[in-house]
Amino acid sequence: MPTATYAGKNVDVTEEGFFTDPNQWTEDMAPQIAVAEGIKELTGRHWQVIKFMRHEYEETGTGPTVRVLGKTSGVTIKELYQLFPSGPAKTAAKIAGIPKPRGCI
Amino acid sequence: MTARIEKVSIVISKGSLDGIYPGLIMANGARAEGIEANLFFTFFGLDAIHKARHEHIKLATVGNPGLHLATWVGGLPGISSVMTHYMAHKMDQLDIPSIPEFVEMIADTGAGLYGCKASADLFGLTKDDLIDQVKDIITVGEFYDLAAGGEIIFT
Repeated sequence: MPTATYAGKNVDVTEEGFFTDPNQWTEDMAPQIAVAEGIKELTGRHWQVIKFMRHEYEETGTGPTVRVLGKTSGVTIKELYQLFPSGPAKTAAKIAGIPKPRGCI
Repeated sequence: MTARIEKVSIVISKGSLDGIYPGLIMANGARAEGIEANLFFTFFGLDAIHKARHEHIKLATVGNPGLHLATWVGGLPGISSVMTHYMAHKMDQLDIPSIPEFVEMIADTGAGLYGCKASADLFGLTKDDLIDQVKDIITVGEFYDLAAGGEIIFT
């Protein structure tokens, strides 16, 4: 199992870099993961999405897809792609320390 | 990580519900993965971006053995509408967007929507007949320019 070091702590991740144990994640790890994903600075809007991802994961056991994010996170699809150009659900899930969302739509 | 797809250009050539959804799902899925995507609507596929028609896309019930209906049943008046309605209900339960909503959503993801010039000429359509999200009506040569360096998927 690959590991990564964020905020000075070792965490277990998948080959793609998603946390295998979301409990190992802490907020202070997010900026470092974001930089690795090409996002230099996390704004309040980024955080709104990241916190929503965490919340949804805790409620449902799975991360929301882009469509669900667009409908319920308070951030539009257009803005989601501006915030996370390499794929909003995927990138935000990685930064939020939860598994990759698996929906098709 | 192994090889990665960076860009896809998806051609939608059919005007039935089952002819349009797969291409839309592939385009939306590509963008969700951070893959650049363009959609090229040709022939009856143009109905998916036609202002007056995109809300009335029907499931093909004739010549569609996948429905497991007797051939003659598929041709009965109203069967296509009934089956389309049933399918729309099932999709709604799964939170799959309708075609107009899905196309708009895909445009919002940053994917490019294009109409085919030959088909638009054939059907007497101009850009005004197509939804506002369509960037342009382009020739096949321009499509290949756009698609350069990526994968082309024909549906």
